[in-house]
Amino acid sequence: MALLEMRKVSKAFGGLSAVTDVSLRVAAGETVGLIGPNGAGKTTIFNLLTGVDPVDSGEILFDGRRLAGRRPAVINRLGIARTFQNIRLFNDLTALDNVRVAYHSRVGYSLLAAILRVGGYYREEKAMTEKAIRLLEIFHLADKREAIAHSLPYGEQRRLEIARALAGEPKLLLLDEPAAGMNPQETGELAALISWIREAFHLSVLLIEHDMSLVMSCCQRIYVLEYGRLIAGGDPKTIQNHPKVIEAYLGG
Amino acid sequence: MRQWLTKTNLLVGLGLAAFYGLIQILIQAGVLRAFHQVNLITACLGIIMAVSLNLITGFTGQFSLGHAGFMAVGAYFSAVLTVRGGVYSPFSIVAGGLLAAVFGLLVGLPALRLKGDYLAIATLGFGEMIRVLLLNAKYVGGAAGLFGIPRTVGWTGAFFAAAATVLVIRNLLWSSYGRACIAVREDEVAAELMGIDITKYKALAFAVGAFFAGLGGGVYAHYFYGLQPDNFGFMRSVDYLVMVVLGGLGSLTGSVLAAVALTFINVILQQYSAVRMILYAVLLIVIMIFRPRGLMGSRELRIGRGGARKAAGDGAAGDA
Repeated sequence: MALLEMRKVSKAFGGLSAVTDVSLRVAAGETVGLIGPNGAGKTTIFNLLTGVDPVDSGEILFDGRRLAGRRPAVINRLGIARTFQNIRLFNDLTALDNVRVAYHSRVGYSLLAAILRVGGYYREEKAMTEKAIRLLEIFHLADKREAIAHSLPYGEQRRLEIARALAGEPKLLLLDEPAAGMNPQETGELAALISWIREAFHLSVLLIEHDMSLVMSCCQRIYVLEYGRLIAGGDPKTIQNHPKVIEAYLGG
Repeated sequence: MRQWLTKTNLLVGLGLAAFYGLIQILIQAGVLRAFHQVNLITACLGIIMAVSLNLITGFTGQFSLGHAGFMAVGAYFSAVLTVRGGVYSPFSIVAGGLLAAVFGLLVGLPALRLKGDYLAIATLGFGEMIRVLLLNAKYVGGAAGLFGIPRTVGWTGAFFAAAATVLVIRNLLWSSYGRACIAVREDEVAAELMGIDITKYKALAFAVGAFFAGLGGGVYAHYFYGLQPDNFGFMRSVDYLVMVVLGGLGSLTGSVLAAVALTFINVILQQYSAVRMILYAVLLIVIMIFRPRGLMGSRELRIGRGGARKAAGDGAAGDA
Protein backbone atom coordinates (compact mmCIF):
# COMPACT_ATOMS: atom_id res chain seq x y z
CA MET A 1 0.00 0.00 0.00
CA ALA A 2 1.20 3.50 -0.76
CA LEU A 3 2.30 5.68 2.12
CA LEU A 4 0.88 8.74 0.45
CA GLU A 5 -1.83 8.86 -2.12
CA MET A 6 -3.41 11.90 -3.74
CA ARG A 7 -6.62 11.13 -5.57
CA LYS A 8 -7.81 13.62 -8.16
CA VAL A 9 -6.90 16.59 -6.00
CA SER A 10 -7.80 20.06 -7.23
CA LYS A 11 -7.19 23.49 -5.79
CA ALA A 12 -8.08 26.92 -7.11
CA PHE A 13 -7.23 30.34 -5.75
CA GLY A 14 -10.07 32.63 -6.79
CA GLY A 15 -10.58 31.91 -10.46
CA LEU A 16 -7.10 30.55 -10.97
CA SER A 17 -6.80 26.81 -10.74
CA ALA A 18 -3.41 26.00 -9.28
CA VAL A 19 -3.73 22.24 -9.19
CA THR A 20 -6.13 20.20 -11.28
CA ASP A 21 -7.01 16.52 -10.85
CA VAL A 22 -3.61 15.52 -9.58
CA SER A 23 -3.24 11.89 -8.56
CA LEU A 24 0.07 10.67 -7.31
CA ARG A 25 1.47 8.15 -4.88
CA VAL A 26 4.57 7.68 -2.82
CA ALA A 27 5.40 4.20 -1.55
CA ALA A 28 7.16 3.58 1.74
CA GLY A 29 10.92 3.99 1.37
CA GLU A 30 10.68 5.65 -2.01
CA THR A 31 12.14 8.93 -3.22
CA VAL A 32 9.83 10.64 -5.65
CA GLY A 33 10.57 13.79 -7.59
CA LEU A 34 8.09 16.48 -8.50
CA ILE A 35 9.31 18.67 -11.31
CA GLY A 36 7.82 21.24 -13.59
CA PRO A 37 8.23 24.83 -14.78
CA ASN A 38 7.82 27.75 -12.38
CA GLY A 39 4.21 28.28 -11.37
CA ALA A 40 3.22 24.72 -12.26
CA GLY A 41 1.72 24.18 -8.79
CA LYS A 42 4.47 22.16 -7.10
CA THR A 43 4.63 24.15 -3.91
CA THR A 44 0.83 24.30 -3.85
CA ILE A 45 0.84 20.51 -3.71
CA PHE A 46 3.15 20.70 -0.69
CA ASN A 47 0.82 23.20 0.93
CA LEU A 48 -2.14 20.87 0.34
CA LEU A 49 -0.25 17.88 1.72
CA THR A 50 0.75 19.73 4.88
CA GLY A 51 -2.66 21.27 5.48
CA VAL A 52 -1.56 24.87 4.96
CA ASP A 53 -4.23 25.19 2.25
CA PRO A 54 -7.39 23.06 2.21
CA VAL A 55 -8.11 21.00 -0.91
CA ASP A 56 -11.13 21.94 -3.03
CA SER A 57 -11.88 18.44 -4.25
CA GLY A 58 -10.34 15.01 -4.27
CA GLU A 59 -8.73 13.39 -1.28
CA ILE A 60 -5.33 12.83 0.25
CA LEU A 61 -4.57 9.60 2.09
CA PHE A 62 -1.52 9.32 4.28
CA ASP A 63 -0.69 6.10 6.06
CA GLY A 64 -4.29 5.01 5.62
CA ARG A 65 -5.75 8.23 7.05
CA ARG A 66 -7.60 11.00 5.26
CA LEU A 67 -5.89 14.34 5.72
CA ALA A 68 -8.87 16.54 4.82
CA GLY A 69 -9.76 19.01 7.56
CA ARG A 70 -6.72 18.31 9.71
CA ARG A 71 -4.61 21.21 10.90
CA PRO A 72 -0.93 21.45 9.85
CA ALA A 73 0.29 20.70 13.38
CA VAL A 74 -1.78 17.51 13.46
CA ILE A 75 -0.60 16.44 10.03
CA ASN A 76 2.98 16.98 11.15
CA ARG A 77 2.40 14.73 14.14
CA LEU A 78 0.98 12.07 11.81
CA GLY A 79 4.35 12.02 10.12
CA ILE A 80 4.73 14.58 7.34
CA ALA A 81 7.51 17.14 7.68
CA ARG A 82 8.71 19.65 5.16
CA THR A 83 11.23 22.29 4.28
CA PHE A 84 10.47 25.52 2.47
CA GLN A 85 11.45 26.96 -0.86
CA ASN A 86 12.34 30.22 0.91
CA ILE A 87 14.04 28.99 4.05
CA ARG A 88 11.81 29.47 7.08
CA LEU A 89 13.94 28.90 10.13
CA PHE A 90 13.22 30.40 13.53
CA ASN A 91 15.71 33.14 12.75
CA ASP A 92 16.42 34.49 16.21
CA LEU A 93 16.85 31.08 17.81
CA THR A 94 20.06 29.10 17.89
CA ALA A 95 20.57 26.15 15.58
CA LEU A 96 20.08 23.84 18.54
CA ASP A 97 16.80 25.45 19.54
CA ASN A 98 15.51 25.29 15.99
CA VAL A 99 15.78 21.54 16.23
CA ARG A 100 14.55 21.32 19.81
CA VAL A 101 11.38 23.23 18.88
CA ALA A 102 10.54 20.40 16.54
CA TYR A 103 10.71 17.90 19.41
CA HIS A 104 8.08 19.85 21.30
CA SER A 105 5.06 17.91 20.09
CA ARG A 106 6.40 14.88 21.92
CA VAL A 107 7.64 16.60 25.05
CA GLY A 108 7.28 14.32 28.05
CA TYR A 109 6.91 16.79 30.92
CA SER A 110 3.97 19.03 31.71
CA LEU A 111 3.88 22.82 31.78
CA LEU A 112 3.60 22.66 35.56
CA ALA A 113 6.68 20.44 35.76
CA ALA A 114 8.55 23.01 33.65
CA ILE A 115 7.52 25.88 35.92
CA LEU A 116 8.30 24.00 39.13
CA ARG A 117 11.38 22.31 37.61
CA VAL A 118 10.23 18.92 38.87
CA GLY A 119 9.20 15.62 37.31
CA GLY A 120 11.08 14.68 34.23
CA TYR A 121 12.06 18.22 33.31
CA TYR A 122 15.82 17.91 33.59
CA ARG A 123 15.96 14.38 32.27
CA GLU A 124 13.74 15.19 29.29
CA GLU A 125 15.55 18.40 28.45
CA LYS A 126 18.86 16.57 28.56
CA ALA A 127 17.60 13.76 26.35
CA MET A 128 16.05 16.26 23.95
CA THR A 129 19.25 18.27 23.76
CA GLU A 130 21.36 15.17 23.17
CA LYS A 131 19.05 13.97 20.42
CA ALA A 132 19.15 17.40 18.80
CA ILE A 133 22.93 17.52 18.93
CA ARG A 134 23.17 14.06 17.34
CA LEU A 135 20.93 15.27 14.55
CA LEU A 136 23.05 18.40 14.11
CA GLU A 137 26.17 16.23 13.98
CA ILE A 138 24.71 14.31 11.04
CA PHE A 139 24.35 17.58 9.19
CA HIS A 140 27.81 18.84 10.24
CA LEU A 141 26.23 21.57 12.29
CA ALA A 142 27.11 20.41 15.80
CA ASP A 143 29.80 23.04 16.26
CA LYS A 144 27.32 25.70 15.14
CA ARG A 145 24.68 24.73 17.65
CA GLU A 146 24.91 27.99 19.60
CA ALA A 147 24.92 30.10 16.45
CA ILE A 148 21.83 32.17 15.74
CA ALA A 149 20.06 30.64 12.76
CA HIS A 150 19.97 33.74 10.56
CA SER A 151 23.68 34.24 10.99
CA LEU A 152 24.46 30.88 9.37
CA PRO A 153 25.59 30.73 5.75
CA TYR A 154 22.91 29.83 3.25
CA GLY A 155 23.95 26.22 2.73
CA GLU A 156 24.00 25.58 6.45
CA GLN A 157 20.57 27.13 6.84
CA ARG A 158 19.29 24.69 4.21
CA ARG A 159 20.83 21.76 6.09
CA LEU A 160 19.50 23.03 9.41
CA GLU A 161 16.03 23.19 7.93
CA ILE A 162 16.26 19.55 6.90
CA ALA A 163 17.58 18.62 10.36
CA ARG A 164 14.66 20.42 11.96
CA ALA A 165 12.20 18.62 9.72
CA LEU A 166 13.74 15.26 10.64
CA ALA A 167 13.47 15.97 14.37
CA GLY A 168 9.77 15.18 14.22
CA GLU A 169 10.68 11.67 13.02
CA PRO A 170 8.49 11.92 9.95
CA LYS A 171 7.50 9.04 7.69
CA LEU A 172 7.41 11.36 4.73
CA LEU A 173 9.81 14.22 4.15
CA LEU A 174 8.83 16.94 1.71
CA LEU A 175 11.79 18.89 0.36
CA ASP A 176 11.02 22.09 -1.52
CA GLU A 177 13.98 22.91 -3.77
CA PRO A 178 16.67 21.86 -1.33
CA ALA A 179 19.46 22.48 -3.84
CA ALA A 180 18.40 26.04 -4.65
CA GLY A 181 21.41 28.31 -4.42
CA MET A 182 23.89 25.46 -4.03
CA ASN A 183 26.92 24.95 -6.25
CA PRO A 184 27.35 21.66 -8.15
CA GLN A 185 29.60 20.19 -5.49
CA GLU A 186 27.16 21.01 -2.68
CA THR A 187 24.33 19.62 -4.79
CA GLY A 188 26.24 16.38 -5.20
CA GLU A 189 26.72 16.12 -1.46
CA LEU A 190 23.05 16.88 -0.94
CA ALA A 191 22.06 14.06 -3.28
CA ALA A 192 24.13 11.62 -1.27
CA LEU A 193 22.70 13.02 1.95
CA ILE A 194 19.10 12.63 0.79
CA SER A 195 19.68 9.01 -0.19
CA TRP A 196 21.39 8.38 3.12
CA ILE A 197 18.59 10.06 5.14
CA ARG A 198 16.00 7.92 3.42
CA GLU A 199 17.83 4.77 4.44
CA ALA A 200 18.87 5.83 7.92
CA PHE A 201 15.56 7.32 8.99
CA HIS A 202 13.39 4.79 7.15
CA LEU A 203 11.33 7.40 5.40
CA SER A 204 10.01 8.39 2.03
CA VAL A 205 10.97 11.60 0.30
CA LEU A 206 8.95 13.77 -2.02
CA LEU A 207 11.25 16.24 -3.67
CA ILE A 208 10.60 19.41 -5.62
CA GLU A 209 13.68 20.39 -7.56
CA HIS A 210 14.83 22.24 -10.63
CA ASP A 211 18.27 20.76 -10.58
CA MET A 212 17.89 17.77 -12.90
CA SER A 213 21.14 16.13 -11.83
CA LEU A 214 19.82 15.90 -8.29
CA VAL A 215 16.40 14.66 -9.32
CA MET A 216 17.78 12.05 -11.71
CA SER A 217 20.29 10.72 -9.20
CA CYS A 218 17.99 10.61 -6.17
CA CYS A 219 14.55 9.71 -7.38
CA GLN A 220 13.15 6.32 -8.25
CA ARG A 221 10.13 7.92 -9.84
CA ILE A 222 9.34 11.39 -11.12
CA TYR A 223 6.12 13.26 -11.71
CA VAL A 224 6.00 16.20 -14.08
CA LEU A 225 3.60 19.02 -13.47
CA GLU A 226 2.60 21.72 -15.92
CA TYR A 227 -0.10 24.33 -15.40
CA GLY A 228 -1.36 22.41 -12.39
CA ARG A 229 -1.77 19.11 -14.26
CA LEU A 230 0.37 16.03 -14.24
CA ILE A 231 1.69 15.54 -17.73
CA ALA A 232 3.93 12.59 -17.08
CA GLY A 233 5.11 10.15 -14.46
CA GLY A 234 7.64 7.36 -14.40
CA ASP A 235 11.25 6.44 -13.80
CA PRO A 236 14.00 8.97 -14.57
CA LYS A 237 14.84 7.43 -17.96
CA THR A 238 11.22 7.50 -19.19
CA ILE A 239 10.83 11.09 -18.02
CA GLN A 240 14.02 12.26 -19.71
CA ASN A 241 12.79 11.01 -23.05
CA HIS A 242 9.12 11.88 -22.62
CA PRO A 243 8.10 14.17 -25.49
CA LYS A 244 5.67 16.19 -23.36
CA VAL A 245 8.32 16.82 -20.75
CA ILE A 246 10.83 17.96 -23.34
CA GLU A 247 8.20 20.25 -24.77
CA ALA A 248 7.26 21.70 -21.36
CA TYR A 249 10.86 22.33 -20.43
CA LEU A 250 12.26 23.50 -23.73
CA GLY A 251 9.08 25.25 -24.86
CA GLY A 252 7.26 23.86 -27.84
CA MET B 1 21.75 16.74 44.81
CA ARG B 2 18.66 18.41 43.41
CA GLN B 3 19.39 19.51 39.88
CA TRP B 4 18.14 23.06 40.30
CA LEU B 5 20.52 23.53 43.20
CA THR B 6 23.42 24.83 41.14
CA LYS B 7 26.03 27.29 42.23
CA THR B 8 24.59 30.14 40.17
CA ASN B 9 21.04 29.50 41.37
CA LEU B 10 22.27 29.49 44.94
CA LEU B 11 24.19 32.70 44.32
CA VAL B 12 21.22 34.47 42.75
CA GLY B 13 18.91 33.23 45.50
CA LEU B 14 21.24 34.40 48.23
CA GLY B 15 21.74 37.73 46.49
CA LEU B 16 18.00 38.31 46.25
CA ALA B 17 17.46 37.26 49.86
CA ALA B 18 20.21 39.61 50.99
CA PHE B 19 18.71 42.45 48.97
CA TYR B 20 15.26 41.77 50.40
CA GLY B 21 16.64 41.58 53.94
CA LEU B 22 18.66 44.77 53.57
CA ILE B 23 15.65 46.77 52.39
CA GLN B 24 13.51 45.21 55.10
CA ILE B 25 16.03 46.21 57.78
CA LEU B 26 16.25 49.73 56.37
CA ILE B 27 12.47 49.99 56.48
CA GLN B 28 12.33 48.68 60.04
CA ALA B 29 15.07 51.07 61.08
CA GLY B 30 13.09 53.97 59.65
CA VAL B 31 15.75 54.87 57.09
CA LEU B 32 13.44 54.15 54.15
CA ARG B 33 10.22 56.05 54.82
CA ALA B 34 6.81 55.90 53.20
CA PHE B 35 8.00 57.89 50.19
CA HIS B 36 10.78 55.42 49.46
CA GLN B 37 8.52 52.46 50.02
CA VAL B 38 5.97 53.71 47.49
CA ASN B 39 8.71 53.83 44.89
CA LEU B 40 10.10 50.43 45.78
CA ILE B 41 6.67 48.89 45.48
CA THR B 42 5.96 50.76 42.25
CA ALA B 43 9.20 49.30 40.90
CA CYS B 44 8.08 45.79 41.94
CA LEU B 45 4.74 46.39 40.22
CA GLY B 46 6.62 47.56 37.14
CA ILE B 47 8.63 44.33 37.14
CA ILE B 48 5.50 42.18 37.50
CA MET B 49 3.70 44.01 34.71
CA ALA B 50 6.62 44.37 32.31
CA VAL B 51 7.80 40.78 32.65
CA SER B 52 4.29 39.39 32.17
CA LEU B 53 3.70 41.67 29.18
CA ASN B 54 7.03 40.60 27.74
CA LEU B 55 5.84 37.00 27.76
CA ILE B 56 2.88 38.00 25.57
CA THR B 57 4.49 40.63 23.34
CA GLY B 58 8.22 40.03 23.45
CA PHE B 59 8.41 36.25 23.49
CA THR B 60 5.18 35.09 21.87
CA GLY B 61 4.98 38.08 19.53
CA GLN B 62 1.38 39.06 20.27
CA PHE B 63 1.21 42.83 20.44
CA SER B 64 -0.94 43.80 23.42
CA LEU B 65 -2.08 47.24 24.52
CA GLY B 66 -4.51 45.96 27.13
CA HIS B 67 -2.25 44.98 29.97
CA ALA B 68 -3.74 47.58 32.33
CA GLY B 69 -7.13 45.98 31.65
CA PHE B 70 -5.94 42.65 33.07
CA MET B 71 -4.45 44.55 35.98
CA ALA B 72 -7.80 46.25 36.62
CA VAL B 73 -9.60 42.91 36.61
CA GLY B 74 -7.21 41.52 39.22
CA ALA B 75 -7.23 44.70 41.28
CA TYR B 76 -11.00 45.06 41.47
CA PHE B 77 -11.79 41.38 41.91
CA SER B 78 -9.26 40.93 44.71
CA ALA B 79 -10.42 44.14 46.38
CA VAL B 80 -14.06 43.08 46.25
CA LEU B 81 -13.19 39.65 47.66
CA THR B 82 -11.21 41.18 50.51
CA VAL B 83 -13.56 44.05 51.31
CA ARG B 84 -16.99 42.57 50.60
CA GLY B 85 -16.25 38.88 50.99
CA GLY B 86 -13.88 39.06 53.91
CA VAL B 87 -11.44 36.73 52.13
CA TYR B 88 -7.88 36.52 53.46
CA SER B 89 -6.08 38.98 51.18
CA PRO B 90 -3.32 36.74 49.73
CA PHE B 91 -6.06 34.39 48.53
CA SER B 92 -8.06 37.21 47.02
CA ILE B 93 -4.96 38.52 45.24
CA VAL B 94 -4.35 35.10 43.66
CA ALA B 95 -8.05 34.83 42.82
CA GLY B 96 -7.76 38.22 41.11
CA GLY B 97 -4.92 36.79 39.03
CA LEU B 98 -6.99 33.75 38.11
CA LEU B 99 -9.96 35.83 36.94
CA ALA B 100 -7.56 37.98 34.93
CA ALA B 101 -6.20 34.76 33.36
CA VAL B 102 -9.75 33.87 32.28
CA PHE B 103 -10.02 37.29 30.67
CA GLY B 104 -6.64 36.68 29.10
CA LEU B 105 -7.98 33.55 27.46
CA LEU B 106 -11.08 35.42 26.29
CA VAL B 107 -8.87 38.03 24.65
CA GLY B 108 -6.30 35.52 23.47
CA LEU B 109 -8.78 33.37 21.59
CA PRO B 110 -9.95 36.03 19.11
CA ALA B 111 -6.30 37.04 18.91
CA LEU B 112 -5.75 33.83 16.94
CA ARG B 113 -7.36 35.54 14.01
CA LEU B 114 -5.79 38.95 14.45
CA LYS B 115 -2.24 39.99 13.83
CA GLY B 116 -0.02 42.98 14.54
CA ASP B 117 -1.83 46.31 14.48
CA TYR B 118 -5.26 44.70 14.48
CA LEU B 119 -4.49 42.74 17.61
CA ALA B 120 -3.12 45.89 19.25
CA ILE B 121 -6.37 47.68 18.53
CA ALA B 122 -8.45 44.77 19.84
CA THR B 123 -6.49 44.57 23.08
CA LEU B 124 -6.62 48.36 23.40
CA GLY B 125 -10.39 48.10 23.04
CA PHE B 126 -10.48 45.40 25.68
CA GLY B 127 -8.61 47.57 28.18
CA GLU B 128 -10.89 50.53 27.55
CA MET B 129 -13.95 48.30 27.79
CA ILE B 130 -12.90 47.14 31.25
CA ARG B 131 -12.31 50.71 32.33
CA VAL B 132 -15.68 51.93 31.07
CA LEU B 133 -17.50 48.97 32.61
CA LEU B 134 -15.87 49.74 35.97
CA LEU B 135 -16.74 53.44 35.61
CA ASN B 136 -20.38 52.44 35.37
CA ALA B 137 -20.41 49.69 37.97
CA LYS B 138 -22.07 51.11 41.10
CA TYR B 139 -21.10 48.01 43.07
CA VAL B 140 -17.43 48.95 42.95
CA GLY B 141 -17.99 52.66 43.38
CA GLY B 142 -18.08 53.74 39.73
CA ALA B 143 -15.99 56.80 38.90
CA ALA B 144 -15.62 57.69 42.58
CA GLY B 145 -13.69 54.47 43.11
CA LEU B 146 -13.45 51.67 45.60
CA PHE B 147 -11.83 52.55 48.91
CA GLY B 148 -11.17 51.07 52.29
CA ILE B 149 -9.14 48.10 51.08
CA PRO B 150 -6.94 47.00 53.98
CA ARG B 151 -3.25 47.60 53.31
CA THR B 152 -2.01 44.05 53.66
CA VAL B 153 0.78 44.22 51.09
CA GLY B 154 4.01 45.99 51.77
CA TRP B 155 7.60 45.59 50.65
CA THR B 156 7.59 41.89 51.53
CA GLY B 157 4.46 41.06 49.53
CA ALA B 158 5.45 43.15 46.53
CA PHE B 159 8.99 41.77 46.47
CA PHE B 160 7.89 38.15 46.59
CA ALA B 161 5.14 38.72 44.03
CA ALA B 162 7.73 40.21 41.66
CA ALA B 163 10.23 37.43 42.35
CA ALA B 164 7.58 34.75 41.78
CA THR B 165 6.53 36.39 38.51
CA VAL B 166 10.06 36.45 37.16
CA LEU B 167 10.80 32.91 38.34
CA VAL B 168 7.64 31.33 36.91
CA ILE B 169 7.85 33.12 33.57
CA ARG B 170 11.57 32.39 33.30
CA ASN B 171 11.02 28.69 34.00
CA LEU B 172 8.19 28.60 31.50
CA LEU B 173 10.27 30.31 28.82
CA TRP B 174 13.37 28.18 29.29
CA SER B 175 11.53 24.99 28.66
CA SER B 176 10.12 23.28 25.62
CA TYR B 177 6.89 25.25 26.16
CA GLY B 178 8.80 28.51 26.06
CA ARG B 179 10.58 27.49 22.87
CA ALA B 180 7.16 26.77 21.37
CA CYS B 181 6.02 30.30 22.30
CA ILE B 182 9.14 31.82 20.75
CA ALA B 183 8.69 29.70 17.63
CA VAL B 184 5.19 31.18 17.26
CA ARG B 185 6.73 34.65 17.34
CA GLU B 186 9.45 33.74 14.87
CA ASP B 187 7.33 32.10 12.18
CA GLU B 188 3.76 30.96 12.72
CA VAL B 189 3.60 28.85 9.57
CA ALA B 190 6.86 27.06 10.24
CA ALA B 191 5.93 26.54 13.90
CA GLU B 192 2.63 24.97 12.95
CA LEU B 193 4.31 22.73 10.39
CA MET B 194 6.70 21.58 13.10
CA GLY B 195 3.70 20.26 15.02
CA ILE B 196 3.18 23.23 17.34
CA ASP B 197 -0.41 24.13 18.03
CA ILE B 198 -0.05 27.89 17.64
CA THR B 199 -3.55 28.52 18.98
CA LYS B 200 -2.63 26.82 22.23
CA TYR B 201 0.56 28.78 22.76
CA LYS B 202 -0.94 32.16 22.00
CA ALA B 203 -3.72 31.41 24.48
CA LEU B 204 -1.17 30.14 26.99
CA ALA B 205 0.89 33.32 26.74
CA PHE B 206 -2.18 35.50 27.16
CA ALA B 207 -3.48 33.46 30.09
CA VAL B 208 -0.18 33.36 32.00
CA GLY B 209 0.64 36.98 31.17
CA ALA B 210 -2.82 38.11 32.27
CA PHE B 211 -2.59 36.05 35.46
CA PHE B 212 0.48 37.94 36.60
CA ALA B 213 -0.98 41.28 35.48
CA GLY B 214 -4.00 40.43 37.66
CA LEU B 215 -1.67 39.50 40.48
CA GLY B 216 0.02 42.87 40.04
CA GLY B 217 -3.41 44.49 40.20
CA GLY B 218 -4.11 42.72 43.49
CA VAL B 219 -0.79 43.92 44.91
CA TYR B 220 -1.64 47.43 43.74
CA ALA B 221 -5.11 47.32 45.35
CA HIS B 222 -3.80 46.02 48.67
CA TYR B 223 -1.01 48.53 48.87
CA PHE B 224 -2.66 51.72 47.65
CA TYR B 225 -5.95 50.79 49.37
CA GLY B 226 -8.01 52.70 46.87
CA LEU B 227 -8.95 51.96 43.25
CA GLN B 228 -10.36 54.16 40.54
CA PRO B 229 -11.09 53.04 37.01
CA ASP B 230 -8.92 55.82 35.64
CA ASN B 231 -5.90 54.28 37.38
CA PHE B 232 -6.08 51.60 34.70
CA GLY B 233 -6.35 53.72 31.59
CA PHE B 234 -4.67 53.27 28.24
CA MET B 235 -1.60 55.23 29.35
CA ARG B 236 -0.82 52.64 32.01
CA SER B 237 -0.73 49.93 29.36
CA VAL B 238 1.57 52.13 27.32
CA ASP B 239 3.82 52.73 30.33
CA TYR B 240 4.36 49.00 30.73
CA LEU B 241 4.80 48.49 27.01
CA VAL B 242 7.48 51.19 27.07
CA MET B 243 9.30 49.23 29.78
CA VAL B 244 9.18 46.08 27.68
CA VAL B 245 10.35 47.80 24.50
CA LEU B 246 13.03 49.74 26.34
CA GLY B 247 14.37 46.67 28.08
CA GLY B 248 14.22 44.62 24.92
CA LEU B 249 11.41 42.53 23.44
CA GLY B 250 12.31 39.04 24.49
CA SER B 251 14.60 39.83 27.41
CA LEU B 252 13.38 39.20 30.95
CA THR B 253 16.33 40.86 32.62
CA GLY B 254 15.85 43.77 30.23
CA SER B 255 12.27 44.17 31.44
CA VAL B 256 13.35 44.05 35.06
CA LEU B 257 16.08 46.64 34.50
CA ALA B 258 13.79 48.90 32.48
CA ALA B 259 11.00 48.66 35.05
CA VAL B 260 13.33 49.67 37.87
CA ALA B 261 15.07 52.36 35.83
CA LEU B 262 11.88 53.95 34.52
CA THR B 263 10.29 53.95 37.97
CA PHE B 264 13.20 55.88 39.41
CA ILE B 265 13.53 58.16 36.40
CA ASN B 266 9.88 59.03 36.90
CA VAL B 267 10.51 59.79 40.55
CA ILE B 268 13.40 62.10 39.71
CA LEU B 269 11.46 63.82 36.95
CA GLN B 270 8.46 64.35 39.21
CA GLN B 271 10.06 67.51 40.53
CA TYR B 272 10.13 68.92 37.04
CA SER B 273 6.64 67.94 36.08
CA ALA B 274 6.46 70.51 33.30
CA VAL B 275 9.38 69.02 31.40
CA ARG B 276 8.83 65.44 32.56
CA MET B 277 6.99 64.21 29.50
CA ILE B 278 9.43 65.97 27.20
CA LEU B 279 12.44 64.41 28.88
CA TYR B 280 10.72 61.05 28.93
CA ALA B 281 10.06 61.27 25.21
CA VAL B 282 13.61 62.40 24.46
CA LEU B 283 14.98 59.50 26.48
CA LEU B 284 12.88 57.05 24.52
CA ILE B 285 13.85 58.54 21.19
CA VAL B 286 17.54 58.48 22.07
CA ILE B 287 17.34 54.86 23.16
CA MET B 288 15.43 53.86 20.06
CA ILE B 289 18.06 55.54 17.89
CA PHE B 290 21.03 53.95 19.60
CA ARG B 291 19.49 50.67 20.78
CA PRO B 292 16.58 50.02 18.40
CA ARG B 293 16.02 46.57 19.86
CA GLY B 294 15.92 47.87 23.42
CA LEU B 295 18.66 47.99 25.98
CA MET B 296 19.14 44.24 26.00
CA GLY B 297 17.75 43.16 22.62
CA SER B 298 16.68 39.59 23.18
CA ARG B 299 19.68 38.88 25.37
CA GLU B 300 19.68 38.11 29.07
CA LEU B 301 21.98 39.25 31.79
CA ARG B 302 23.24 36.10 33.41
CA ILE B 303 25.58 35.27 36.18
CA GLY B 304 28.34 32.90 35.23
CA ARG B 305 28.55 31.10 31.90
CA GLY B 306 29.89 34.07 30.00
CA GLY B 307 27.50 36.87 30.86
CA ALA B 308 24.84 37.93 28.42
CA ARG B 309 23.26 35.13 26.46
CA LYS B 310 20.21 34.47 24.39
CA ALA B 311 17.15 33.37 26.26
CA ALA B 312 16.21 29.78 25.60
CA GLY B 313 19.67 29.38 24.16
CA ASP B 314 20.39 26.71 26.67
CA GLY B 315 18.12 24.72 28.81
CA ALA B 316 18.71 22.05 31.34
CA ALA B 317 22.40 22.54 31.77
CA GLY B 318 22.80 26.05 33.06
CA ASP B 319 19.96 27.81 34.79
CA ALA B 320 20.85 31.18 36.20
